Amino acid sequence: MNKVSKNKLPGTLKLGLLRGQMEIIQFTRQREAVVFTIFFPVILLVIFGTVFKNTIAPGVTFSQYFVAGMIASGLVNTGFQNIAINIPLERDMGTIKRLRGTPLPITSYFIGKAISVLASMAVQVLILLLIGLAFFGLELPTQPSKWFTFTWLLVLGAASSTALGVAFSSIPKNGRGAAAIVSPVVIVLQFFSGVFFVFTQLPGWMQQVAAIFPLKWLTQGMRSVFLPDSFASQEVAASWEGGRTALILTAWLIIGLFLAVKTFRWERK
Amino acid sequence: MSVIEVKGLIKSYGDFTAVAGIDLAIEAGEIFALLGPNGAGKTTTVEILAGFRGRNSGQVSVLDFDPATKGSASRIWRNRIGIVLQSTSDAGSFKVRELVAHFSCFYGNPRDVDQVIDAVGLTEKANSLVLDLSGGQRRRLDVALGIIGNPELLFLDEPTTGFDPEARRAFWTLIRELKASGTTILLTTHYLDEAEALADRVAVITGGQIIETATPAQLGGRQNAKAKVQWLGTNGLLSEESDNPAAVVARLASEFNGEVPELTITRPSLEDIYLKMIGSRNE
Repeated sequence: MNKVSKNKLPGTLKLGLLRGQMEIIQFTRQREAVVFTIFFPVILLVIFGTVFKNTIAPGVTFSQYFVAGMIASGLVNTGFQNIAINIPLERDMGTIKRLRGTPLPITSYFIGKAISVLASMAVQVLILLLIGLAFFGLELPTQPSKWFTFTWLLVLGAASSTALGVAFSSIPKNGRGAAAIVSPVVIVLQFFSGVFFVFTQLPGWMQQVAAIFPLKWLTQGMRSVFLPDSFASQEVAASWEGGRTALILTAWLIIGLFLAVKTFRWERK
Repeated sequence: MSVIEVKGLIKSYGDFTAVAGIDLAIEAGEIFALLGPNGAGKTTTVEILAGFRGRNSGQVSVLDFDPATKGSASRIWRNRIGIVLQSTSDAGSFKVRELVAHFSCFYGNPRDVDQVIDAVGLTEKANSLVLDLSGGQRRRLDVALGIIGNPELLFLDEPTTGFDPEARRAFWTLIRELKASGTTILLTTHYLDEAEALADRVAVITGGQIIETATPAQLGGRQNAKAKVQWLGTNGLLSEESDNPAAVVARLASEFNGEVPELTITRPSLEDIYLKMIGSRNE
């Protein structure tokens, strides 16, 4: 009976890192997933960036505006969309139930998910950034303060988007239906949040709806990083609203974490 | 002391009572089989004992631990048990060895990865993707993942469904080896021959209740059941049930003056007894 105390169980973080490794292996072996999360945004970027080359403000083209929006969308695609589709699938296939029958802490499972999100996010953001720099007149900011903004946007955006993805994963009844429920949410949000159009040109009610959700704030934040400061006057509040963005993303992160913990199910209803 | 002790276990889903008051005591080192038709409450019982489901009432102790306990205490308990649930379709894009090695990291005192893969007969498939395994191979991988943690207690929920006869025999050998190494095993199965071949004791469960617990040889008074002597008479097959079949055969031998045509002596199989028990229950 004392057999157990002699064998110390591996730590939660170490197991989380191992899960992350497995998640990444799995991700790279599923070609559809790679194409969907990495190349789909690139294709969108190339199409929109090529078609809409008009200037929307002095020294700012729509392409630049769009690239900033797509980088923000990347956080939502790889975090929210990916997780909210993937967890119901894993629930259906019995992955989560099998893991639950082992001493693996559930926290390690989520650490693994977060690592896979960060990895695919890094790849996607990097590719979008490179294409933006090479073809669509995106310029890397020179001030350290802008890089600081970029970093906290990535961290807060990734964290809130992933937490909300876990929370949302309780909504689809099964894995097959998950993509059909999650993808429209993301696409509508992209339209409302000024990814495909200039935000200030959208109808007022759309702007107000978008202002509730994180993507609008992420896109605005990314514009504050990649567009000249003179463009701030073109935003709704005639400013980048950095503080407000941080506040709203943090609020969503807390809501997301709370809902994720409350609603997470390891098995289909 | 019992490894599993259950008293008055009840579990219902809305109006449906899946488990309607079960008592069980499973001793260390034994193979205990739960037999019963689909929907009898076998899987629900196993899933409650393995900590997957809560219960409405009753006492449950598994390795001196209440499986419904929440929090990190259950980790230490899970380190001591192994679970093979009903069929899954996960982990397709991992290689067999990769997956077994990964699961071995979860435990404090795991078995050797290659030995486990060998024990379930998957050595040749160690570098294949799980996706490319046959149904039977996949099930053996499930077992490998269930025993990699070197459990004191193993739950097997219908482990050999879909196996061909040869694979089932190989699987039985594996289970006997686990028993020999001291593992206590709770098995559910549809196959009566499997229960007979493996189990020290069986419990028949139907309608959420256990109607009898006994050794396979004694279930339903099987050891006292009459033997049936059958032979070919002048007007076709004849048979006679008797407590004393040798005497019947001796009588027949003298009647036929030697060899009795198409002579057989049978006792009711576990399946006969089981079907009778289930049948009388459902009427």
